[in-house]
Amino acid sequence: MRAFSSHTGRAAPLDRADVDTDQIIPAEYLKRIERTGFGPFLFAEWRRDPDFVLNRPEYHGASILVTGPNFGCGSSREHAVWALQDAGFRSVIAPSFADIFRNNCCQIGIVPVELPLESVRALMDAVTDDPTTEIVVDLEGLRVTAPAVNESFDIDPYTRWRLLEGLDDVALTLKQDERIAAYEATRPARLPALG
Amino acid sequence: MTPRTLTEKIWERHVVHQDEGKPDLLYVDLHLVHEVTSPQAFDGLRMNGRAVRRPDLTVATMDHNVPTAPGPQDPVSVRQMEALVRNCEEFGITLFPTGHLGQGIVHVIGPQMGLTQPGLVIVCGDSHTSTHGAFGALAFGIGTSEVEHVLATQTLPQKRPGTMAITVEGDLPAGASAKDVILGIIARIGTGGGVGHVVEYRGSAIRSLSMEGRMTVCNMSIEAGARAGLVAPDDTTFTWLEGRPHAPGGRAWEEALEDWRSLPTDEGAAFDREVVIDAAELRPHVSWGTNPAQTVTIDDVVPEPADETAERALAYMGLSPGIAIRDIRPDTIFIGSCTNSRLSDLREAAQILRGRTVASGLRAMVVPGSMLVKRQAEEEGLDAVFLEAGFEWRDAGCSMCLGMNPDQLAPGERSASTSNRNFEGRQGKGGRTHLVSPAVAAATAVAGHFATPEDLDR
Repeated sequence: MRAFSSHTGRAAPLDRADVDTDQIIPAEYLKRIERTGFGPFLFAEWRRDPDFVLNRPEYHGASILVTGPNFGCGSSREHAVWALQDAGFRSVIAPSFADIFRNNCCQIGIVPVELPLESVRALMDAVTDDPTTEIVVDLEGLRVTAPAVNESFDIDPYTRWRLLEGLDDVALTLKQDERIAAYEATRPARLPALG
Repeated sequence: MTPRTLTEKIWERHVVHQDEGKPDLLYVDLHLVHEVTSPQAFDGLRMNGRAVRRPDLTVATMDHNVPTAPGPQDPVSVRQMEALVRNCEEFGITLFPTGHLGQGIVHVIGPQMGLTQPGLVIVCGDSHTSTHGAFGALAFGIGTSEVEHVLATQTLPQKRPGTMAITVEGDLPAGASAKDVILGIIARIGTGGGVGHVVEYRGSAIRSLSMEGRMTVCNMSIEAGARAGLVAPDDTTFTWLEGRPHAPGGRAWEEALEDWRSLPTDEGAAFDREVVIDAAELRPHVSWGTNPAQTVTIDDVVPEPADETAERALAYMGLSPGIAIRDIRPDTIFIGSCTNSRLSDLREAAQILRGRTVASGLRAMVVPGSMLVKRQAEEEGLDAVFLEAGFEWRDAGCSMCLGMNPDQLAPGERSASTSNRNFEGRQGKGGRTHLVSPAVAAATAVAGHFATPEDLDR
């Protein structure tokens, strides 16, 4: 996982609520068996509209997505966060996130920042009025700053630490091997297993 | 002892390790794998020289992207299936591939084999894993990185979720089904209503549901944003499970029963949130918009848009406020998906279709949830009922629920679908989905517009 401490970048405003992962990456692009190369298919359907925010030249190179509540709802497809990462996004700022999407972000090093609706609105207005506006997402200091906004945010301390260090969970858990084996020894024999 | 909820009991018995300020490390009893969200996880194992810790607690099938009708397959899809075959061989995992009687939608075959049991922690790289909660298991969807984590360690670090009780009391109105219960719940609490929570469905209306009905309800928990959804195990659960291939037998069955009977939420246990719904309000439901909360009863009209999201949804769906739901005419009927493709769903639809025919110009298809469901339905002659009515009778898979294989809507086409998501383009680019129960889907197929079975007799 790519480590994240603080990131400064321009942001694209996607002013929609309940954006589901079928929009972020439609199912037809899930046939590939690789982890990379999903960027060109990010918001594939919406991108057919030349006025869609990510098609507008002023938002090319944006690395932060500012969007509406319940972002990433629906399917568990991690391809959605791979597509965002592949398209250059390092952070998504929204009033709320769907649980699985949030987990997926934190697995690969995209920082999901939850801010109050008014602050998200202020950021959205700022980057709509002036697309060159830069936003700072500071994971170290747990703060988002932009000309119009200076707001702290929360992320659980363990996830924050993992993101700051760029650590992958599997390696960390494998250190618990003895504990896992001890737990396994207590599982009743009647529990289902494939033979 | 402090009274505990079902969720808390399952959680606590699966904690491998607890550390202040860290998520709990939870043991996973059953890991279900399919072709779409696993190849990158297996690649990760290979890259790091890691093995699958418990291939005996892992089972794989092909469902999301399988063809349901004969014909050539695109090479990219073939490659995805081949990758799963190769990965299962290399890592020693049991696979039910296409062509095998055990193949089917992952959330249909787990319960069918008796692998899904009360008190287990079950995960799968699919958001509808909550289906298995119907048995009183804690079952939730995970992403591919987490799939890799479970393959390597058989555990998952998880933050303890909140608990939420949704109690549906009373008798369901005639013609209302489990699908209408869950659509009614989502319409009330919203697409984000359950975020961060595990929902326990309770109350007399839930208790009275069959296991298949409970699976339908738990299946769509994610559509309200919930981490998982479950129903306390009871005699309905035990009767359904007894004798299935992986259910415990003999003495182990008695032991299991004793354990399972200790799982239900204790009297006086507190939930973080509670919602109570009157079952009498749960008439057959039809979604009108582009998320499952945008749903009304079949007796209603398309509502006035309350916000920009609703306006956008109406424009996408090609609908205006005030149109009676019964006046909307779909082009396609889809009976299938992990929500409604079990034998009881097919029986319900067939009963309505017996001796009737699909309205002219309509395309209608049934996609059984598993090849075993297909065979059982054929043994009962249901295939003949569907075929005579004008339905296509397909092989098992996810099919038009997510439109990954060629079973798709054309742009602008409108469906009555027993699936779980009416997102933009979900069933094909520009396709318009209305979520309904199998009974409404069948009646609508005959009427040519949204209808209940009772409407057909009028």
